[in-house]
Amino acid sequence: MKSLDRKLLRDVWLLKTQVVSIALVIACGIGGFIGSLSTHSSLLWSRQHYYDTARFAHVFATAKRAPASLATKLRGIPGVAEAETRVVRDAQLSLPGVVPPMIARLIGLDFAHPPGMNRLTLKGGRWPAPGAKGEVAVNQRFLVARGLKLGQTMTVLLNGKLERLTLVGTALSPEYIYATRGGGMPDDEWFAVLWIDERSLAAAFNMEGAFNSVLLRLQHGTSSGVAVEALDHLLEPYGGFGAVGREDQVSDKILTQEINEQKIFGTVLPAVFLLVAAFILNVVLHRQVNAQRGEIAALKALGYPDRDIAVHYLKFASVIVLLGVALGVWLGHWLGSAMTGLYTDFFHFPEFHYRMEPWLVLAGAGATLAAAFGGALAAIHGVVRLRAAEALRPPAPAEFRPLLVERLGYGQLLTPSQRMIMRNLERKPLRALITVAGIAASVAILISGIFWGDAIEWFMDVQFNRVQRAQVSVGFAEAVPRAARWELERLPGVKQVEVQRAIPVRLRAGHRSYRTAITGLADDAQLQRILDADLHAAKLVPGAVLLTTRLAERLAVRPGDTIQAELLEGERIKAGLRVGGSVDEMAGMNAWMRLEDLNHLAREADLVSGAGLLVDRDGERALLERLKQIPAAAVVIVTRTLVDTFRETSAKNVLFFTTILTVFAATIAVGVVYNNARIQLAERAWELASLRVLGFTRGEVSVLLLGELGLEIAAAIPLGFVAGFWLAALLLWFMPHDVISFPLVIYPGTYLFAGAVVAAAGVASALIVRNRIDNLDLVGVLKTRE
Amino acid sequence: MSAPVFQARGLTKVYRMGEAEVHALRGVDLEIFAGEFIVLLGPSGSGKSTLLNILGGLDTPTAGDVRFLEHQLTGADEAELTRYRREHVGFVFQFYNLIPSLTAQENVALVTDIAVAPMPAHEALDWVGLGERLDHFPSQLSGGEQQRVAIARAIAKRPQVLLCDEPTGALDYETGKLVLEVIAKINAELGTTAMVITHNAAISGMADRVLRLGNGRIVGEEKPARKLTPAEISW
Ligand SMILES: Nc1ncnc2c1ncn2[C@@H]1O[C@H](COP(=O)(O)OP(=O)(O)OP(=O)(O)O)[C@@H](O)[C@H]1O
Ligand SMILES: [Mg+2]
Repeated sequence: MKSLDRKLLRDVWLLKTQVVSIALVIACGIGGFIGSLSTHSSLLWSRQHYYDTARFAHVFATAKRAPASLATKLRGIPGVAEAETRVVRDAQLSLPGVVPPMIARLIGLDFAHPPGMNRLTLKGGRWPAPGAKGEVAVNQRFLVARGLKLGQTMTVLLNGKLERLTLVGTALSPEYIYATRGGGMPDDEWFAVLWIDERSLAAAFNMEGAFNSVLLRLQHGTSSGVAVEALDHLLEPYGGFGAVGREDQVSDKILTQEINEQKIFGTVLPAVFLLVAAFILNVVLHRQVNAQRGEIAALKALGYPDRDIAVHYLKFASVIVLLGVALGVWLGHWLGSAMTGLYTDFFHFPEFHYRMEPWLVLAGAGATLAAAFGGALAAIHGVVRLRAAEALRPPAPAEFRPLLVERLGYGQLLTPSQRMIMRNLERKPLRALITVAGIAASVAILISGIFWGDAIEWFMDVQFNRVQRAQVSVGFAEAVPRAARWELERLPGVKQVEVQRAIPVRLRAGHRSYRTAITGLADDAQLQRILDADLHAAKLVPGAVLLTTRLAERLAVRPGDTIQAELLEGERIKAGLRVGGSVDEMAGMNAWMRLEDLNHLAREADLVSGAGLLVDRDGERALLERLKQIPAAAVVIVTRTLVDTFRETSAKNVLFFTTILTVFAATIAVGVVYNNARIQLAERAWELASLRVLGFTRGEVSVLLLGELGLEIAAAIPLGFVAGFWLAALLLWFMPHDVISFPLVIYPGTYLFAGAVVAAAGVASALIVRNRIDNLDLVGVLKTRE
Repeated sequence: MSAPVFQARGLTKVYRMGEAEVHALRGVDLEIFAGEFIVLLGPSGSGKSTLLNILGGLDTPTAGDVRFLEHQLTGADEAELTRYRREHVGFVFQFYNLIPSLTAQENVALVTDIAVAPMPAHEALDWVGLGERLDHFPSQLSGGEQQRVAIARAIAKRPQVLLCDEPTGALDYETGKLVLEVIAKINAELGTTAMVITHNAAISGMADRVLRLGNGRIVGEEKPARKLTPAEISW
């Protein structure tokens, strides 16, 4: 081995704690990068694999009642490879002991012939026997959420008749990876998917020889747009509710959002880590190179060319980077498989599949090496370029000058120790700046990672206390006269009733279109309000429609423009509709109108399709029991149950990410503070030892050294709060927000937590160095020349 | 005598420090011949180190002209100077400049790694009487021992010239003598041209020739009648 490489190894060993602490920062960056992006690609792969093997449909449509004979026409749509028709109905579901109503989506299947699309995976039990009346398979999510056993029975209200159904099997479906009654919330406890013999389902709903749901698979390379149009056209006479492509299918859409979040996390946060690592490396190498000025001069005098010397220090940097990369790859693998596992469970993918693509490792290592070499070269450049004769001379004694406070005449306020601390800070402002920036970065990362909990809390608070204020929402099977509200008001426990009407619609603007619903609200609506991100209530514009900003953007329209509305119900009116304004709502892709205007548009009388209720807490139970007996009340949602489920699911995720990011942020903080303290100690050991000889106590010299770091931490934390706010804003800005756009809300507790974690990490690393100060070898230090 | 090893004409070195100019060398002419033992004397700031550094290719003159054998040193670029140092020059400094993280043997091996036809590291250390201390780190050696390691490191490449800048400056009397003995021995037995800077006029007794520098010029040159051995001199 070359002697220079031997020196390398010894230097690395001598600085091992510092080497490891920097390597850990790098490892966090690489780990986050590889972990998130490999989770991203694993989930994409899992989903694709699942969709392929289950033959997931490309286009979905529902109608009221279409004759079975239409099926051949469906198959004739250009670009369509296969078409399947089926009967799907929602019905009220009851389980013993569960008061709030649940919804069952009943899907008819011919169990003798497995479907060509959306194939199910049997997870337990067996399929219902072909033709068996009372047997169903249930989706695994509901079974797990409710803790159900196979063989158990439940009651479903089938077309006004209560039927007992027996669970014989449990299954997964690509259509309900994310199962929800609507909206973007997980809904596993309240929404069951039941697969049942198709003939008995058809018989129960008088759907023999007819269908109301269509699935299409397209020929390879065809996009869904044309098929959606043609399908809409074919289904229109039969009460089609508008077809959607896969990207707008509820489960896929939410899945996509979740998966894409990984990508943002995987790129933005690791970039911050690598930047910090590069800076620390720069500072440490600067110190290393400067301390070895004499050695560098000797190497030059011996005839080592600059390149060899630079390479020597780059190797030092590489050792750290490679150690970091190796740890990071391991960490990334662990993190990636943990997260992929978490999501696989969460989504109930049939197979767990984790893969870490080699390019991730190469890209991560490459980016880190580049960042580290950037930092290292900047440090090496100056000294290596010195003429050997100059490098031989010790660097000129550091120049100190009176502090700003002293120049202003307040110098006497400071003790000599404080003056030394402050002058040191003033002398190396760049290093102080890097330290402050590094610590601030760790605070920022922590904030940007854990503020999601706040954002979710805030979102829930706004959504369920200010926007949808109804405690119980009722959806009617068919639109009913407005007078229905009086009947609702007479029900037990009801304090207030507010009716509304929602009509499914396809909105068009030029070549863009979107399938949603227009909701008509009473002018004095209290329980359903339209609030923008700043919680300002938007006013409905008479004769016009108000769009969620996201929807307006998707349609590329602005207030004043006219869009085409095709109502997908009743007379199926097509009419131009003026956009009265857009409102920056947090959730949904909504279109709002005045109730009268909407009914007028539909050319219908004063009809309503649902109502929101305020309820007496004590009367709730009785009310819910009563509602179950009213067939017209097809959908009953208790807000509280939605909120609870949402909290539970998000709490688990938030806890996982908070833990990981806390560790990561602490690593950065330790990396920055510890390295700094070590460098300070190395540079000032002589000075500190001299002071000890003069009679300073250990505590006093520690204050001299660590006081500076204390000041830097104190300055960095508030700075980190500001940086965290902006980093969170950046993350939010990058995040996909097709379903929900989370607000930038950070509660004081989050700031406090982040500040406390980083301060604790800083103090801990300072204490480790303090131990070294205490054990300073006075004689040894004073003997050395440096 | 044979052709000179070093030949310098009108060597000038000016340091610019902002407005001020420091004239370190003001036109130095000199010739140094193979195998000579030269002592450079002069008050502090007279330009001794500057001259030695230029001769050793560590620095370049502002004006004037230096040759080492057939190599033109003035106008050579950094890469050429590096090769020149690597192949022909051994340096010894006042503060040893050893690599603290390498043992004595490894410090010497730094040179044998890159030189053309070096002597083995342990042989170089034998030369300076440290054959038994191969595996000691600089921190485990006394000042004089460290300086002898530095000398071993300088001679391991079998240089044509050995340039020593105050090699005894940081050492006590006895130790200093020991170091000088080593240099004299190398000069005598290996025929290496040696040039030693010192503040100590007594050492000049060992020299073939003594050059006196004053204010950037050569102000005197003496040839001692009889060359003393280090053992004979005292200060
Ligand atoms: N890098 C430099 N920048 C400015 N002035 C310099 C530099 N190097 C040397 N000098 C000046 O050049 C002059 C000669 O310096 P040199 O180091 O050659 O003196 P010296 O004879 O070796 O002194 P000493 O015996 O103290 O080592 C001095 O005045 C010194 O201040
Ligand atoms: Mg000198």
